[in-house]
Amino acid sequence: MSGGGPFEAYDGPSGDDQGEEAKNGLGSPRDGDGDRTHPAPAPAPGEPPRIPLPRASVEDGELPLPDLAGLAPPHLEHRVLKSLLGAWALAACSAEETAAVEEHLGTCGSCADEARRLREAVGLLQRPESLDLDPGLRTRVLDGCLDRRPPRIPVPDWATPYDAETARLDALLQDFGDAEWHAPVRLRWFRGEGPTSRRTTVAGVIAHLLAVDGLVALALGLDDPLAGAKPAGTPAERTEAFWEASHFPPTRSVRAPWREQTHALVRTVSFTGGASRADEAPGTLPVSYGDFELPLRDALVDRAFECWVHAEDIAEAVDYPYAAPAPRHLHGMIDLAARMLPGALAERRRAGLASPAATRHLVTAGQPGRSLRLEIEGRGGGDWLIPLDAPGAVGSADHQVAHIALDDVEFCRLAAGHVSPEEAAAGQVGDREAIRDVLFAAASLSRM
Amino acid sequence: MAKKDASPRWDRRMQQRLARGEAAALGELYDRFASLVHGLAHRVLEDERAADGITREVFAHVWEHPDSYDPKQGPLRTWVATLTHRLAVQRLRATETAALARGGPGTTEELESKVRHAAVAARADYIVQSMPTPLRAALELAYFQRRDYRQTAADLGVTEDEARRRLRLGLQLLSTAHDTAAPGAPPGYGGAA
Repeated sequence: MSGGGPFEAYDGPSGDDQGEEAKNGLGSPRDGDGDRTHPAPAPAPGEPPRIPLPRASVEDGELPLPDLAGLAPPHLEHRVLKSLLGAWALAACSAEETAAVEEHLGTCGSCADEARRLREAVGLLQRPESLDLDPGLRTRVLDGCLDRRPPRIPVPDWATPYDAETARLDALLQDFGDAEWHAPVRLRWFRGEGPTSRRTTVAGVIAHLLAVDGLVALALGLDDPLAGAKPAGTPAERTEAFWEASHFPPTRSVRAPWREQTHALVRTVSFTGGASRADEAPGTLPVSYGDFELPLRDALVDRAFECWVHAEDIAEAVDYPYAAPAPRHLHGMIDLAARMLPGALAERRRAGLASPAATRHLVTAGQPGRSLRLEIEGRGGGDWLIPLDAPGAVGSADHQVAHIALDDVEFCRLAAGHVSPEEAAAGQVGDREAIRDVLFAAASLSRM
Repeated sequence: MAKKDASPRWDRRMQQRLARGEAAALGELYDRFASLVHGLAHRVLEDERAADGITREVFAHVWEHPDSYDPKQGPLRTWVATLTHRLAVQRLRATETAALARGGPGTTEELESKVRHAAVAARADYIVQSMPTPLRAALELAYFQRRDYRQTAADLGVTEDEARRRLRLGLQLLSTAHDTAAPGAPPGYGGAA
């Protein structure tokens, strides 16, 4: 038999340690292989490589052949020997069976032909290459296509961050095994004066995204993934309801419904444009979050942001790197947070958590008022003037009392409740109270 | 792992949506097939950027010519794989020929052999991905995890007879990757699906 090919045999000298190796962590392709982004380190000299090379049959190697003299090949019928050919080609039968097959091959032409073909086929078995696609490739491929043939039904600009972020998260989940799906994750957010958290698993996080994205589905008239629960509810209520409704903790089976819903949302807003009425601007349809509302176009940016934040939670739990969104998407997320800041400030003020509005500058809606300049650095950044005293006031450079400078991703971590306002790395100039209030208001935008 | 996209209804619907110019459908198409396309292209070309380029070409082709897929001829997945294979092998031959023309090392025969080898490797990948899960699982255990067929049988909870049968059948399917093509139609895409 020609066979095995030019591979170096990996079999240890005992030649009988296969069971041990399997127990020693070659159990799944990933265990033996390092993971996609952390390749297994090169083995120390003298140790076998962690990734076993394809086995050559023992007679192709330089190792001593097992002593077969004492082993009279058992007498097996042609039918049995034929059935052993696959296992034989893979060097996966006993020494006695191997000897019997090889003796048979000397006398049976049809089995010898098949044996040669199967041995050659073994040489074609290759580990799947890195399944990691460059996450930026999706946007480049789709943009290239759309340039060549403009779509008749485009995805609205305000839905593209959601489309991109859900695709990135799905790619991360692509080859998770059970261990990854059940890895513990701590959801963290900021409430009132301090951080809070809730324990779940990777699958639990996807269930959370499914349940909260369901708010958008509901607004669009699609099926609610929480069939039977009360229709709206806050994101936290919906998540807890979803987790409680299943008797068992969420498993990988949650991925498909989550992904189907994300695709359905993008598909639906592409068709309807999501206006609340035909004569209104696209994306104005109100989406209820239980205790507040966002227009659809903002709700999808918010869901894209949450998707990214939780993808990072997941990536951290399974020790993968995860990049920030594309700069223009990041910019949209920061812009939404900046627009929500005045409302968050007013709410904290009502709750006694922020300093009272400055009385000397009572402002009415639409008028310029005392402002903080929020300067976000980085490719997703920009400049925003945040009115401090009333949500309806207009930010004004002439009334600027303070200036904060933050990196784009750092600001998003703050708004996600992953960095505390005290610890956020922010350059600060001006009214200290205004700065404190805005940083805390940014953190309070976070929720489960 | 690779999911079977065997629903003819999904395929037909996808084609209609692409023909209608729905950008969201293009995104879904990418999400379903990008790793297949990129993986096959990479197996042939062994180069990340070249594989990216083929991925762009394949999706651009499907988006610009959705009608060139005929659902009656078989699954969309097979069609996409065949298209990828053809474009990647073309690209490999073109770059190798250009290198040879510039006075690079090697002969035309070596070039042809390299192209043939790459084509077989890519077909083999596709066959493994598309074969029924029980066969793939048996090969995975016996080859990558170095279990003998009795251990493989125990791991899979099947009889030893059945384990032997699966290993043999899996390799038989895989060996069709060597079959040479009628010109223009790479084999191995579909036979194993």
